[in-house]
Order: sequence, then C-alpha cells, then structure tokens
Amino acid sequence: MADLSIDFCGVRSPNPFWLASAPPTNTGDQVMRAFDAGWGGAVWKTLGNPIVNVTSRFGGIDYGNTRLMGLNNIELITDRPLEVNLREMREVKRRYPKHTLIASLMVETKEEWREIIRKAEDTGADLLELNFGCPHGMCERGMGSAVGAEPKVLEEIARWAMEFAKVPVIIKLTPNVGDILEPGEAAVRAGVPAVSLINTVKSLMGVDLDRMVPLPRVGNASTNGGYCGPAVKPIALHLMSQLSRHPACGKLAISGIGGISHWRDAAEFIALGATSVQVCTAVMHYGYRIVEDMIEGLSDFLDEKGMKSVSELRGRAVPAYREWGELDLSYKLVAKIDADKCIGCQLCYVACMDGSHQCIHLPGRTEEESRRAGHTHIPKDIPHRGVTAKAGTPGARVPFVDEQECVGCNLCQLVCPVPECISMAEVPSGQPPETWNDRVAKGTDFVPGGLEATVAARKRSS
Amino acid sequence: MRVMEPKRFELPPGRAEEGFQDKKPLYTPAEAVAEANRCLYCSEAPCIQACPTAINIPEFIRKIGTGNTQGAARTILSANILGQSCAQVCPVEVLCAGSCVYTGWGREPINIGRLQRFAVEATLARKPNLFQAKPPTGKRIALVGSGPASIAAAGLLALEGHTCIIHERKAIPGGLNSLGIAPYKLKGPEALRELEWILSLGRIELRTGVEVVEQAQGPGQVSASELLASHDAVFLGLGLGADSRLGIPGEEGEGVQGATHLIERIKTEAGLKLQGVQRALVIGGGNTALDIAHELALLGVEVGMVYRRSEKEMGGYVHELEGARLDGVRLVENRQPVEILREGGKVVAVKLAATRDGKPVPGTEEQVPAELVVMAIGQERATGVARAFPGVELDARGRVKVEPATHRTGNAKVWSGGDCVNGGKEVVNAAAEAKIAVRDMQRHLAGE
Ligand SMILES: Cc1cc2nc3c(=O)[nH]c(=O)nc-3n(C[C@H](O)[C@H](O)[C@H](O)COP(=O)(O)OP(=O)(O)OC[C@H]3O[C@@H](n4cnc5c(N)ncnc54)[C@H](O)[C@@H]3O)c2cc1C
Ligand SMILES: Cc1cc2nc3c(=O)[nH]c(=O)nc-3n(C[C@H](O)[C@H](O)[C@H](O)COP(=O)(O)O)c2cc1C
Ligand code: SF4
Ligand code: SF4
Ligand code: SF4
Repeated sequence: MADLSIDFCGVRSPNPFWLASAPPTNTGDQVMRAFDAGWGGAVWKTLGNPIVNVTSRFGGIDYGNTRLMGLNNIELITDRPLEVNLREMREVKRRYPKHTLIASLMVETKEEWREIIRKAEDTGADLLELNFGCPHGMCERGMGSAVGAEPKVLEEIARWAMEFAKVPVIIKLTPNVGDILEPGEAAVRAGVPAVSLINTVKSLMGVDLDRMVPLPRVGNASTNGGYCGPAVKPIALHLMSQLSRHPACGKLAISGIGGISHWRDAAEFIALGATSVQVCTAVMHYGYRIVEDMIEGLSDFLDEKGMKSVSELRGRAVPAYREWGELDLSYKLVAKIDADKCIGCQLCYVACMDGSHQCIHLPGRTEEESRRAGHTHIPKDIPHRGVTAKAGTPGARVPFVDEQECVGCNLCQLVCPVPECISMAEVPSGQPPETWNDRVAKGTDFVPGGLEATVAARKRSS
Repeated sequence: MRVMEPKRFELPPGRAEEGFQDKKPLYTPAEAVAEANRCLYCSEAPCIQACPTAINIPEFIRKIGTGNTQGAARTILSANILGQSCAQVCPVEVLCAGSCVYTGWGREPINIGRLQRFAVEATLARKPNLFQAKPPTGKRIALVGSGPASIAAAGLLALEGHTCIIHERKAIPGGLNSLGIAPYKLKGPEALRELEWILSLGRIELRTGVEVVEQAQGPGQVSASELLASHDAVFLGLGLGADSRLGIPGEEGEGVQGATHLIERIKTEAGLKLQGVQRALVIGGGNTALDIAHELALLGVEVGMVYRRSEKEMGGYVHELEGARLDGVRLVENRQPVEILREGGKVVAVKLAATRDGKPVPGTEEQVPAELVVMAIGQERATGVARAFPGVELDARGRVKVEPATHRTGNAKVWSGGDCVNGGKEVVNAAAEAKIAVRDMQRHLAGE
C-alpha cells in the first residue's frame, strides 16, 4: 500500500486531504468529526476581529439534473469570538496531535498581525495560512483579495508574518488577478515557504427575475460573492500550474484548492504540483464522508501506477504543460464512431455541423441533400449503417465521419452520450514533428492568406 | 354568428370511472424538470419521426427543462391540437417512447407522454391565449361526429377563421375520447375539458343529439343533402359503429354486453353496479378486449380473456397485456366460445372449444363458469351514411375512401378522417388525419 502521508514544509500530515478554511471548519466539534472521518488536516475558518454576517449567504448553480455545479458565498470570516475559536483549536490539537491544524488569519495592521500570529501559534497550530484571497466584503475593508491583488502590500504583510511566525507560513492567493505570477513572485520575495490557491472567483450567481435582484438575495439587494465548486476546477488547475512550472514559485510548497470533489481531482492537482489539497464545496454538499473515497481511490491509484508515495506523483504532469508554440503541429487525430455502440441520437452530427467542420454525414442522403444541409465536401462513399439492434432504435442511422475533413477537435466525442462510442484515433500525418516555435526559429512562421499590411511589413523586415 | 360561450358538458357524479386511479399521473414541476433534463435533445430525433403528428419532442422537452412550460405547450399544440388527450392516451410504448434512443440503448425511455401532459395541462390550467383565430371568413363547415377527428378538424378550421357546426348524434360529445378510453388513462371530464377548450378557440357550434342521416325523418336528424347544400365543406368523422356479435346460442339477453357499450356505461352511468358478477369472460384479443378486461379486473371482477389464437398473434399491445396481467387478468389462448349457458335467464357459464388456426375443434368443449360475458371482437361500421354524400365511396371493409395526401373523398366538398377512414387506430391518428384534411380544405376554401 502506498504511503499517503506527506511532508508540507516539514510538517507531516497523515494524508494530503485537508479541509479548506470555510464553514466545514467553523468549530472544534466539526473538525474533530472530520478527523474521525479521515481528513488529514484542517484549515480553521479564518480568524480575525469579529464580524457580522448577512442572510442569505450562498447561491448555487445547477446544470441539468446536477445540483451545485458551482457555489457562491458572501459570508465573511468567522463570526465567533476569537477566544472561543482559539480554545477549541487547542482542544483539537491536544486530542489529535498527529493531524495537521492550520490557522487561517486575516487582520489589518502590523500590531494586529503580531498578536493574532502569537495567539494562533499558542494553540499548537502546525501552520499559518494568511487569507489574501477573500473577494467579497473583507476586500472592501482593505483585506483579503485587496491584499492578494496588490503584490507590494502582499509582500509587506508576508514579511511581517515571516518576522513574527515560528511555524511555516502559507499565503492563500486570489484568482482575481491578471497574472498569478505577480502575487506568486511577491510571496517568493517575502521568503514564505508555501502558497495555497485558489480562493473564490468573484461572481454574481444570477438574477431573481421576478424581483429584479441579483442572487443570492439579501432583502432587496445583493453583492458579488466568491465562486467555487466543480465549475472552478479548470481555473484553479491552470493558476496553480502557472506557479508550479515557474522556476522560483515552483519551489514553494503548494496546497491546491478549487473544485476538488474526489480522489481523481486530487490526483490531478498533485500531478500538477500540489503537495496537499483542500476541499470546501464538496464537503458542504455531501459531508465529511467523501474523504473515504479520496483516501481509497488515491491509494489504489498509486499502487496501480507502482508509486510508493504521494510525493512520487507530485508534479508528474508539470513538464507536459507547455506554451502553445511548443505543441506539435504535425500531430493528427480523427474521430471514429463505433457502430456497435452508437444509439443514433445525431448529437455528434449537429455539433460538427453547427459547431465544428461539417464533416459528419448522415447516411442515406443524396449529394444534393447533403449540400443543402450545409456540407461542402462530400465523400464518395457514405456507408449506410443502421443502428444495430443491441444498441439502437430501429431505423436510426450511424453517422459517418469524413476523416479527410475531420480536424480532430474532439467536439463530437465530447457531446456523444454513449461512453467510448466515439474515440479519437491517431493517424499518421506524414510530417515530422514541428512546433510553431520551430517555425519561428526557421523563419517559416507565416501562413499565407492574411492581411496585406502584414505581408508588406514582412517583406520590409526581411 | 357570435363566438360561442364555452359550454360545459357534465357527466353525472357517482360513475364507476371515478374510482380508477391514473396509471400515469400528472408530474409535479420538479418531476417534470428532472425527467426533461434526461432527454438528450437529439437532432433528427427518432421520437419525432414516430409521432403521427410529428410533434417536435426534443424542443418541447427542452422548454420544460428551462422552465418555459407555456412555450412547450405551444410547440405541442401547434403540431397536435389534441395534445392533452394524446399525452394521456397515446400508446407511447409503440410510438415516440418506443423509438426514443434510450429504448434502443436498453434504458428507460424518456416519459414523453407524461412530459407532454405536464406541459399542456399546466399551461391550459392558466387559461393562456396561446392561439388567436383569424378574422371571420364567412365560410361554414359542417362536421359529422364529435370524436377526436372532428374536434381536431373543427379547432384547426376555426383558427383559420371559418365557422364550424358539429353534429353529434349522442348527448355527450367527444366520441370514444370521452366515452371509450380506459379511465386509468383519461376520464370523461378530462376529455370534455379539452374539447371545451378547443370549442373556445373560435366560431364552433356543437349540436348534440343530432344525427346526420340519408333522409331526415324528424327532429334530431339532418339530411346529408341539406348539409351539403348549406355549407362550404363537410368533414366526416364518423368513427366506428356498435360492437360486433358472435352469433352463438345464448348470446341474446342480459349478462352479455358489447365491450364499448360496457365501457361507455362505466364512464357515464351513475351508480353502475355489476350485481352478482364475480367472474367475467372477455372475448377477443385486441386492445378493446384488453381495456375492458383490465377495467373489470380493477373493479374487482375475476377476468379471463378468451382469444381464439395464441398470445403472440394477439392484436393488442404487449405492454397493455402486461399491465392487465399485473392487475389480475388471465389470458385463455386458443379458445373460442361456442355457446353461452343460462339458468333462469342468467348467464352461468360459457362453453369454450379449443381452436386450431382460429377455428373451433369439435369435441373439445369445456364449460367455464362466468356471470358476465363481454364481446370485444370488433366494431361494426357506421359509415353507411357516408354514401348519402354523392361521390363518397366505401372500400370493401366499409371504410370511407380518401386520397391519402389530402383526405378528400370522392366528393370535392367532403373530407374525412379518423377511425371511419383508417378502420380503427388511435386518437393521435385521428388528429394527424384531421390536420391533413384541414390543410387541403383550407386550400379549397381559399379558392386555390
Ligand atoms: C375501448 C377503446 C379504447 C381505446 N383506447 C385508446 C387509447 O388508449 N388511446 C388511443 O389513442 N386510442 C384509443 N382508442 C381509439 C380511439 O378512441 C379512436 O381512434 C378515436 O376516438 C377515433 O376518433 P374518431 O373521431 O374517428 O371517432 P370516434 O371517437 O368514434 O367519434 C365518432 C363520433 O361520431 C359520432 N357519429 C357517428 N355517426 C354519426 C352520425 N351519422 N351523425 C352524428 N354523429 C355521428 C359518434 O357518435 C361519435 O361520437 C380506443 C378505442 C376504443 C374502442
Ligand atoms: C472553442 C472556442 C473558441 C473560442 N474562440 C474565441 C475567439 O476566437 N475570440 C473570442 O473573442 N472568444 C472566443 N471564445 C470565447 C467565446 O466567445 C465566449 O466568450 C466564451 O465561450 C464564453 O461563453 P459561453 O461559455 O457562454 O459559451 C471561444 C470559445 C470557445 C469555446
Ligand atoms: S473531431 Fe471535430 S471535426 Fe472531427 S468529426 Fe468530430 S466534431 Fe467534426
Ligand atoms: S453522438 Fe454518439 S451515439 Fe449519438 S449519433 Fe453520434 S456517435 Fe451515435
Ligand atoms: S429520442 Fe428520446 S432522448 Fe432523443 S430527443 Fe427524443 S425523447 Fe429525447
């Protein structure tokens, strides 16, 4: 069995699965139940000066029959008295010494930072996480993402923290920036050993069209909140990987956050450079129990791949994340439809017709009908394959991919409702591998058919 | 003529049909959205091709999913004005849902009928102005019969601005839609509410208790020639006639009933009691036989269904047989009644003979006790009156002959559709045929 324990800036954690600073880590009772369920660590709901919250606080976005594809919130940091939180943190650490306890902090002045860091460390917290990410409410008061989006301010506060703290410091970053490397590099300059990302994405969840008030609604008004949940995972993966592959930022320990719901999501974050991962929405949706699958799934996956520990997985996919200019222009895929699996829904057809390259044909049409439907290239032979009895409706037809015209975009495969019905097959292009950057180097980075001004400028410079 | 106030047709309370529960009840909004979201929104969808009225099914289902329920109803009703009753009575298992890609995939097909019912019922309950009749054209059209075929035709003609006068010989309009459909699918009042909605769409007058005959003898009758003379066009929606009889000894007298007659009593008669009936034998293997057998079983009667051939040769739908069996109906295959036995006038048993190739084999008779025998071996034709319209012809099976593409008969002013043309299909076929006929009538009335 693979070793799931991790070393995060010298702190050992039983596994990489931590609860993110959020309602699931509001209280000691909750955190202890989470540890009992199997979570390896918990970032306490952000501490600071007491605040008041509004009602309501959350908005959700569904997709089809799937609830909470995304979640948004407008709640602030902890609304409990500081002393109560500190007492419960101390109790948790006493009862669960091997689990990782992280104090999340957000205050304003240097003196406040000095005091809260001391108090947090007194509880026995293993790590500190500075919340420079919250994009609603607190940022209006100059905290949270107002700090995360200002590299200079971030760097200054991070330096204070490094001065005051005895335990390792993590900076939690906001995705609401133009370039994540700016706050990342500021963190490096301040000398912090770790970052976590992403905090939530600024969002409005929708509009109550009867009241004409955006959502979530507080009386007859709303405000922008922070967006999270499965929908933000791709955004989080990208921002995190930007740091992972950066020469300096890549040396920081990273705690990956954003849309993680199961072991596979976690494995992806780790493969792109995370040492630990943090979860909020999935726990708010389904409860602490989801960690069972995360532990088991990751462990089996590592075993299957012959990896002995989580650290062997870490960063494995980073080298394959490249600039567009480094991708092989000669690589070619075409779509193949498995006639035995097709159910004849024609979704691939309509997607390729209207959303891609008009190269999926319906059998049984005359050339004239095909042209009228919008095809410009008509293959000589469009086999008439009926959907087979096993999987399909009598009379339904299996569409046909004109491989000559297929650009291998994946769209049809993405829309096909039947698993493994459409596959993307590699076909030889007959060309040696060549990237755009290769062409730039050779001076062949020019595709004819463009603007006259461009052609003229090119002539002048050569 | 002023637009008729929507008239309400009432059935007496205390009907046996009231005790039946819907097999496919109305979805709640949440159920409808969840089911709608399961639909793949197929392109060139096979379900559309399987609908005789070609409702754009993926489109209306998507609209339910987005909360655009009224738009869904508009999509449905503009393709099929009888969208409400069709949603409840269509044998979707062999039509749209039977062709749903999920069916072929070996999964539960989309519940198209229930979604359609939800969209139309939820929308019509809010009395929206979905359709606006065109200004009056002054053209008058006579319709004979008020079954689904005539009602659909009248609704579509009224929307074009024509004046429609429907003649129905019975006191309760609606044809088999109000008098014949199994009450666990659609009850009389539901059919009548839909009918009243269609009447409200434009200038439609419904005259009940008026029979169209060759030569009127008195009140309650109108002559075919008179209809032709006083209208710009005529539509014949005659349906089928009375239940056929076997012609075996003992058949005459109480205790033996025709299936559609008995169903009509279940649906319309106050306080109908099947006094002393514990066991019933239903004779026949079609859908009408399955329906009455199923209805009797749900009324607590022990029902045997006697069919002269084998199960796989039955005309009734497999899914209907399955449903009837679940509710206790027993199928007796390869048997035929040869005599009905009575004691003191009351039916006590039926003498059944084994059959070979659907014919009784002498010497194989056995007695099966029963207090009620229901004949469901088909319906006679009611098309005789059609001949009174010069040029209208019947085929060898008594069906009104029409041009399939136009549903026009041999008389240039007479169109026809529904059971009297197709020999007995479904409500949705009547609606589809009415649509074809109206398209052609419209061309004719517009003087093309
Ligand atoms: C027992 C039974 C169950 C059925 N169940 C279903 C089902 O579940 N789903 C489904 O889709 N279909 C079902 N059908 C079939 C469906 O009811 C018919 O296909 C449909 O009603 C045909 O409509 P129509 O207008 O052609 O005829 P009908 O509904 O028969 O209407 C004809 C009308 O014309 C009137 N009429 C006839 N002659 C004259 C005249 N000379 N003057 C005045 N009026 C006249 C009749 O009184 C009648 O009201 C069922 C049929 C039966 C018998
Ligand atoms: C395959 C693809 C290619 C796109 N290309 C462009 C582009 O060339 N220029 C542009 O302004 N937006 C482009 N977009 C972004 C879209 O215009 C749109 O802003 C984005 O998809 C968000 O809208 P949606 O998610 O509602 O579809 C592209 C989107 C997709 C999916
Ligand atoms: S991969 Fe893209 S271009 Fe090729 S058939 Fe599929 S949708 Fe069309
Ligand atoms: S999307 Fe898939 S199942 Fe549907 S027609 Fe295309 S290949 Fe067949
Ligand atoms: S075939 Fe089924 S899944 Fe496809 S559009 Fe029709 S109802 Fe929806």
